[in-house]
Amino acid sequence: MCAGPSSLFEPARRRTDPRNLVRLAPLALLVLAGCAGRGDLYVLLPGKGGHNGALIVTSGDGQRVLDQPYAAARVSRTGSVEAVATTEAEVRRAFGPALAAQPGRPVSFYLYFLADTDEFTPESKQVVTQIFAEIARRPAPDIVIIGHTDRVGPVPYNDQLSLKRAERVREDLRKLGIPKVRISVAGRGEREPEVPTADEVPEPRNRRVEINVR
Amino acid sequence: MRSALIALALPLVLAVGAASAEAAEDAGYIKASNGVVQIERSGQRLPAPVGSVVHQGDLVITGADGSVGITFRDNSLLSVGPDSVLSIDRFVFNSTTHLGAFESSLKQGTLAVVSGKLAKQSPEAMKVKTPAAILGVRGTEFLVRTGPSTN
Repeated sequence: MCAGPSSLFEPARRRTDPRNLVRLAPLALLVLAGCAGRGDLYVLLPGKGGHNGALIVTSGDGQRVLDQPYAAARVSRTGSVEAVATTEAEVRRAFGPALAAQPGRPVSFYLYFLADTDEFTPESKQVVTQIFAEIARRPAPDIVIIGHTDRVGPVPYNDQLSLKRAERVREDLRKLGIPKVRISVAGRGEREPEVPTADEVPEPRNRRVEINVR
Repeated sequence: MRSALIALALPLVLAVGAASAEAAEDAGYIKASNGVVQIERSGQRLPAPVGSVVHQGDLVITGADGSVGITFRDNSLLSVGPDSVLSIDRFVFNSTTHLGAFESSLKQGTLAVVSGKLAKQSPEAMKVKTPAAILGVRGTEFLVRTGPSTN
């Protein structure tokens, strides 16, 4: 009954002739009861930027790793995990409303400081304009201000420093007239360098504050 | 069934709340809301328009014409289609270390996921459960559908 992968999805409507509908109805019910009614379907999508990652599906007595785009699995009556084939078109049909409701991807902007000052670089002042435009085009926007440091100094010190930088930028943005949105701050310390360096190496490109708009 | 789930989830919420101040923070915000969308929190059903807060322990429920999109604090994006019930079982996120946990359960319906900072930092941090399976997430985008509960 569940011969083809296409039977996992609602059968496409082929004709509008009522006699055909009557004839097809019992079959459609059987298909729904046998496959779609049980419902479970898990699909890996292609990741952005070529990183597909993986989905590890574990049930009562089985496990399957999905690591290719549109690889899919369902759980059988016995509890084992079975591979099924899907296509992009089938997935769009089965998950259309959920996919359509996906929030916009968060976007990050970066502000840099002149060496040993609290002043933004001239380029960073332009970035502030872009940030405000991005906030304006999103529904119910919120922003996260994330401070980053280079690797000079101990990790706990840089955690504090990065948070202080983020908090100061929050005040700066408020003075510049940022719209009333939810703002949170975070200090990532030296954990996420833009330019990887050895410890204790000064690197201006890592002394930055990230504005994540979402 | 649903009240039994809440009864099960409540001690977990209290335990996590006692262990970490972060649990009290917002888990995420609703960025898209179409048709009937509700949040069940502490036994009450609340409407969930765009801008609403989602907490750990919430049940997100959509009607026959409903769909909803949520951005979580770690930038995980979860969106739910019609006739769905999604439970936010656990959300803990340390914004400095990116350590924490994100566990949710799709009781019925459809779910689209883009994983965020938690899954990127730790392969074990993010899990999505259905009545039939547990999905481990290794930094990825995926879809989940599960049939209506049979109770």
